[in-house]
Amino acid sequence: MMSSKTHLAAAVVQSNWKLGHQGDRLLVPIFAGLVVASFFAPAWLLSNGAVTLARALAVLGLILMLRAGLVSFGQGLYFCLGGYSVGMLDLVGVSDLVLRVLGAGALCFVVALPVGFLLRRYRGLFFAMLSLAFSMLLFGLLVRSQTFGSTDGFNVVPTTLFGASLAGQQLQRVIFIAAATTGLICCLLTSRYFDTVVGRIAPALKDNEVRIEYLGHSGLALIHFEYTIAAIMTGFGGAIVAMAIGHIDPEMAYWTTSGDIVFIAILGGHTHVLAAFLGSVVFELVHTVALWLTPGTWRLILGAVLLLLILKLPEGLWSLFRRRA
Amino acid sequence: MIPPILEARGISRRFGGLVAVDNVTMSIPAGQILGVIGANGAGKTTFVNMVTGWTQPSSGSFVLNGRDITGLSPRTIARLGVTRSFQIPQVFLNLTVAENIAIAQGLAENSVARLFQSIGEPSRVLGCEAILDRFSLTHWADRQVLELPQGARKLLDIAMAMTRRPMLLLLDEPTSGVAREEKFKLMDQVFAAIAGLQVTVLFVEHDMEIVARYVSRVVAFFQGRVIADGSCDEVLAHEEVREHVVGRTWVQRGTNA
Amino acid sequence: MLTLVAVVTDGLTYAAWIFLVGVGMTLAFGVMKILNVAHGSFYTFGAYVAATFVGYWFAAGGAPLASFGLLLLAAAIASLVSGLLLERGLLQFLYGRDEVVVALATYAAFLMLEDIVPLIWGLEAVSAYQPYSLLGTVSIGGLTVNLYDMGLVALATVIALGSWVILAKTPQGLAVQAVMHDSEGAAASGINVGRVYLYTFLISAFLGALAGAATSPMVSVAPGIGVEVVVISFAVVVIGGLGSIPGALVGAIIVGLCRAIAVNFAPYLELFAIYGVMTAVLLVRPNGLFAAPQARKI
Repeated sequence: MMSSKTHLAAAVVQSNWKLGHQGDRLLVPIFAGLVVASFFAPAWLLSNGAVTLARALAVLGLILMLRAGLVSFGQGLYFCLGGYSVGMLDLVGVSDLVLRVLGAGALCFVVALPVGFLLRRYRGLFFAMLSLAFSMLLFGLLVRSQTFGSTDGFNVVPTTLFGASLAGQQLQRVIFIAAATTGLICCLLTSRYFDTVVGRIAPALKDNEVRIEYLGHSGLALIHFEYTIAAIMTGFGGAIVAMAIGHIDPEMAYWTTSGDIVFIAILGGHTHVLAAFLGSVVFELVHTVALWLTPGTWRLILGAVLLLLILKLPEGLWSLFRRRA
Repeated sequence: MIPPILEARGISRRFGGLVAVDNVTMSIPAGQILGVIGANGAGKTTFVNMVTGWTQPSSGSFVLNGRDITGLSPRTIARLGVTRSFQIPQVFLNLTVAENIAIAQGLAENSVARLFQSIGEPSRVLGCEAILDRFSLTHWADRQVLELPQGARKLLDIAMAMTRRPMLLLLDEPTSGVAREEKFKLMDQVFAAIAGLQVTVLFVEHDMEIVARYVSRVVAFFQGRVIADGSCDEVLAHEEVREHVVGRTWVQRGTNA
Repeated sequence: MLTLVAVVTDGLTYAAWIFLVGVGMTLAFGVMKILNVAHGSFYTFGAYVAATFVGYWFAAGGAPLASFGLLLLAAAIASLVSGLLLERGLLQFLYGRDEVVVALATYAAFLMLEDIVPLIWGLEAVSAYQPYSLLGTVSIGGLTVNLYDMGLVALATVIALGSWVILAKTPQGLAVQAVMHDSEGAAASGINVGRVYLYTFLISAFLGALAGAATSPMVSVAPGIGVEVVVISFAVVVIGGLGSIPGALVGAIIVGLCRAIAVNFAPYLELFAIYGVMTAVLLVRPNGLFAAPQARKI
């Protein structure tokens, strides 16, 4: 009886949606490595790194919804809100890093509640297009808004930390470490979440929503919940980008930003939290190399890569590791 | 006087000009095993859909254990104690059998806090194991449902419906798609699994032998109306039933209930 | 009074434009259930080929009014080439796959085509503005209205009516409708669904290219003009509802008028108009204006 019990426990835990705890064991070492490396890296690299991590947070949010079968083409909405929340806090004289990140999360939470209420009814293409519409709504509002600098956006006051002002490499290092810390916390929490009963409902819902209904529950509340969490994480990312680059503009809400986030999710895959980060790093590399090699055709390369992924490697790059594991 | 588990009062369903269910009134006492027969399109599945809230009746009402459940959503009705299985098993095809049961069991508990527990938590695993064992699905536990033969999928479908310990279980053609030789074995397993759980069962079935073997009462549908309602022998000997449902030359053979 | 005329003419012009831009995507979506993000590329190619032809034509001293015919020709050529390339080279391998996967594949194709345009025409803007002033202007209620804009409205009307006539009255149109409602049933009754898909796609490409060609005398044709068109087409498809062309028309008119009102009274809401209408429509009719309610099946 003992062996069948452990066999069953293993069967329950090992499934399509859990890589086993192997990937999780990498989280803390990678974080530690990043922190150490940040003391030796130049400011520009740290800035790029922070943006890469920030983007990965948005992708992590997208992955959360992909499991439920929903492709949001509008994560740019929260990315942009996160960035602009930093600007809004500037207006009231707040430039503290922690407050900025939390403020972004709070703003995105407040927006995701009503928006999610509308979106949660939709699936498939309509969900994608409606989420895109909300992102473009924000874009339209910002472009026409003089208060927030219209198409130019505006510059962000340099980040402070608990009152201490920062500059140069130190500033970028602090932001980078903050990004890595946020990433670590989100990864740990999300990975744990995937291991809970509620975390398993999303793939079941994607599989058969009717059944969920007949088991006495509404999938809508779950989708709303995951949508909101995704929005908050994306908001964190937006705030980090604002701080790392020192500037925000409406482009963050343009549909092409959301398109990039979707692209990274496909590139990395969606079977483990780290896939988001893998995808973001590879995307940044491909983007940089393509820009350097053939400046006029980096979109051509991007498009070709995406097409190849869709046709040949739909589970993304992370699935290559899975086969070994 | 114990109220019947389910009462249907004047239930009708019209789709435009078509009358799918026509003024059906019936009462199911607790603990009964009731068979519903009728040709395709006679209104059986529509009736089941209405009981479970998937479709709303055009007129009439359903009373569950003294409470009016007409117009409620499938979700609410499931919580009130009516669950069903489906002609085509509605299971999570891409997940393992163990996961299917774990999710069904997790959702059956009405506690949000428990939902945030790990899916591999020991007491939960024990509970799943018990269900798998009861429904003879243990050796399928770590297989994807896609790999399962139809019979096993049917069992899983029913097992999931039972996780809520319902008062009333509706089975919609549980043996359809299952090979002839396997049908009795499947139904034996089903009834063995739910024995002792005090469930009232209504099952829709085409195969008269299955019906004859397991039920104590039969209701026959024809063109949306109930044309016969009584013991198995009575109904199967009924003139109209022989004409429209069973076939005049049908003779019950083999085992008797 | 001037404002009213302005709102109506502005509104109708913009409505005509977005209808022209989105009707092709609507058709493809309705018949093939495919959201073709690369529709923006048809628009772009149409605009570029048209501007190129018109540029050469006027430089060679050709008859001015014939340039309108050139616009049509340009649309036909641009759409034939890019449409065939896309359908034979990519889409035909993806029929039957998940709708979101196909949409993402067309997104990838769009990205690629976005870079191919400047490879052919360079990064400099191309302009061929001559046809825009050919029809002259007219004064309505004190407002000077360019007749080319009204020509756009006429073109949109012709296409709307034409599509209705073709779909409802011709055998080919009826076949397309059959495929639109039930592709399996249509196949069972002998319709060559693959061929319907191909021709529908080419027509949707033509409509997109035509929109681009017709717009080219009004704008500076430069890389990236197709990007905005993609989102606008999405909105048209969604507002109209599941690929309904009449729905797209009605939706376009509502959006056009809302935008014209915004431009004249609340300019900061201008870009808000189309997405605001889209959100408002979906709040009231979740599947779009003219979509049939979806029946759930067990």
